[in-house]
Amino acid sequence: MIPVDYYIILSAVLFTIGALGVLIRRNPLIIFMSIELMLNAGNLAFVAFGRSYEIAGGEPFYTGQIFVFFVIAVAAAEVAVGLALIVEIFKTKKNINIDEMNSLKG
Amino acid sequence: MTIDLILFLILSLVAIAAALGMISSRNAVYSALFLVLNFVTVAVFYLMLGAPFIAMSQITVYAGAIMVLFLFVIMLLGAENIASVNALPWQRPLAITLAVILIVESTYLVFVRSASSAIITAPEAALNDMESLQNMALALFEKFLLPFEVTSVLLLVAMVGAIVIAKQEKAGQK
Repeated sequence: MIPVDYYIILSAVLFTIGALGVLIRRNPLIIFMSIELMLNAGNLAFVAFGRSYEIAGGEPFYTGQIFVFFVIAVAAAEVAVGLALIVEIFKTKKNINIDEMNSLKG
Repeated sequence: MTIDLILFLILSLVAIAAALGMISSRNAVYSALFLVLNFVTVAVFYLMLGAPFIAMSQITVYAGAIMVLFLFVIMLLGAENIASVNALPWQRPLAITLAVILIVESTYLVFVRSASSAIITAPEAALNDMESLQNMALALFEKFLLPFEVTSVLLLVAMVGAIVIAKQEKAGQK
């Protein structure tokens, strides 16, 4: 007996914490983790809306859940490429402070 | 106050506390572990929403594979602690102000614009049996076949891209 609004507000709070993490942290790894947190918040909203549609009498097409499935796949691809980039930047600069990544040239 | 509302409130407190711990802890390894805790609570939310397959993929893919990759890179680079030089002293208060504005706006919109106050009930037992998983697989492979194939291309491109980025320096040295 939980109103769907509660899930959406929780999702908004988690998304905001993720955005705050992107803005205030200097470690690119933690910025990546904050992006994962934001993706998760979006996924939670998808599943909650899908469930409320199902309860309201709609046919369960599992659309929300399948979208979450795709988001998880995209997040995995993004993490693979992003972490490869971070490792490569560390190899050339010996440092991954985000403040010093202001030039594209190695 | 039903039992699933109490469960929801406790779990959401844990999820929010874990997220705050993730962005505020000094050590990146602790951040990663807090994020694993957050992913597990979100997986329990998926179970409460009647999505057992998504909950299990959340635990295996996110909490298992992706976070292990993160921990591996953190320990490989020795990036547990990065001394903050505080180049922009006004950045933190500005960021907190913007976050407060965002959260107030989004909660306000949810309260004002949600016309249907749908109530999420506990999932029926039928949602946790094999047939539900079969229906989801049918939807994935019939209705969403094209996005599924595009995802496979995306994963291939990401894999090739990661290998090319990681190999580049060795090719330059030759």
